[in-house]
Amino acid sequence: MKNKKADTLEAAVAAVRDGDIVLVGGFGATGVPEKLIDGVCDRGLRDLTVVTNNAGTGRSGIARLMDEGCVGKLVCSFPWAKESFVFKELYDAGRIDLEIVPQGTIAERMRAAGAGLGGFLTPTAVGTDLAEGKPVHTIDGKDYVLELPMRGNIALCKAYKVDPRGNLVFHKTARNFNPVMAMAADHTIVEVQEEVGLGDLDPEIIVTPGVFVDTYYTTGFYEIGKDTR
Amino acid sequence: MSDNTNLLTREQIAACAARDMEDGWLVNLGIGMPTLIPTYIPKGRDVLFHSENGLIGMGPPPTPEEYDQDLISAGKGAVTIVPGGAYVHHADSFAVARGGRLDCAVLGAFQVAENGDLCNWRLPTQKSGSVGGAMDIAAGSKRVFAMMTHTTREGEPKIVRERTYPLTALGVVKRIYTDMAVISVTADGLVLEQIAPGLTPDEVQAATGAPLDMSRVATIEIAA
Repeated sequence: MKNKKADTLEAAVAAVRDGDIVLVGGFGATGVPEKLIDGVCDRGLRDLTVVTNNAGTGRSGIARLMDEGCVGKLVCSFPWAKESFVFKELYDAGRIDLEIVPQGTIAERMRAAGAGLGGFLTPTAVGTDLAEGKPVHTIDGKDYVLELPMRGNIALCKAYKVDPRGNLVFHKTARNFNPVMAMAADHTIVEVQEEVGLGDLDPEIIVTPGVFVDTYYTTGFYEIGKDTR
Repeated sequence: MSDNTNLLTREQIAACAARDMEDGWLVNLGIGMPTLIPTYIPKGRDVLFHSENGLIGMGPPPTPEEYDQDLISAGKGAVTIVPGGAYVHHADSFAVARGGRLDCAVLGAFQVAENGDLCNWRLPTQKSGSVGGAMDIAAGSKRVFAMMTHTTREGEPKIVRERTYPLTALGVVKRIYTDMAVISVTADGLVLEQIAPGLTPDEVQAATGAPLDMSRVATIEIAA
């Protein structure tokens, strides 16, 4: 069996390179792989394009990644929020680029990439600024915008439990983008609260099969949103 | 308008909208004022709330014992899940929204046009906005109800003939709940359904940038 387990944080994030497109799970501060992000920060990587829903919360997690100068561009749906002050400072200083994508479109673009599709047609954003320049197709009298797949070089995800094959289950709304991001990257790295033995996860409840997971790292439970620097 | 003591409070507007949530509906609530709605759902009515971050069957905020850092709403506040609720990932959550499974979405708005165009994600003065799930939910929900103050802080109408704000979704709004009135959006134009006690239909029309059919207006009942 392929060994997907990383024994150290350093080993877990070793595959990330300067300039990579990195899909980062989470919604607000929930389901964000904060430990993996800390590992990327410690490597001092540069010019990452980060795809994630929010523009960071407080000073930990995605906010830390931006604060330490690792991120050249952010692709997200909800950049402007009072808790995303680190992003705003960088944006106002012209030190980070921004692309806004509707939340469901971000999710589906990644799902499409993971599913091997060349894109999809969505009713979302028809006639709006966010559909500018995108082809519109009319199907049965209804207009749809053509959206293209969004693939990452890396996905950084957070899950609840993992088994040695990398099968994952999630915890409550910390699931959010993590399963679709795990599908959509060339190399998917997952931090998990707990590792269980082979056969200990009921196959009926596995959300993400291990085929989508390349590396996992066990963190144990931790309180989210704490600045650990 | 702000000195008009006959305007409804946020809670009263929420109570108006809550009365129109039908038994068996799955409803998405936008951030801000719409999140007040669950408190006012009439007893005995089974209304399920969808939170686009992956929760079908959102319950009220938790007690300290129930609190879980992994259970939040789309507004990022701590919540609970009701019995029979389900967690889904983001692609499935938006399949619910785009796929026509939401019976209703109640969303805040900056501007609504008489044809139902919804503008709620970016002000014209801003170079960018936080769209979140607004465009997906507005485009996919069976019906969109807008919930907002009737006018801007400067007293300008937010209900207009043609939108001047950046668009969220074309022609989707079916009803508008404001601090002055409840207005339906129909193929024949806007219909003034209900007005706040103490206001006259003419006062509401004067604060509205599009003509209102005032032939069947009722007064909003305020719960004691």
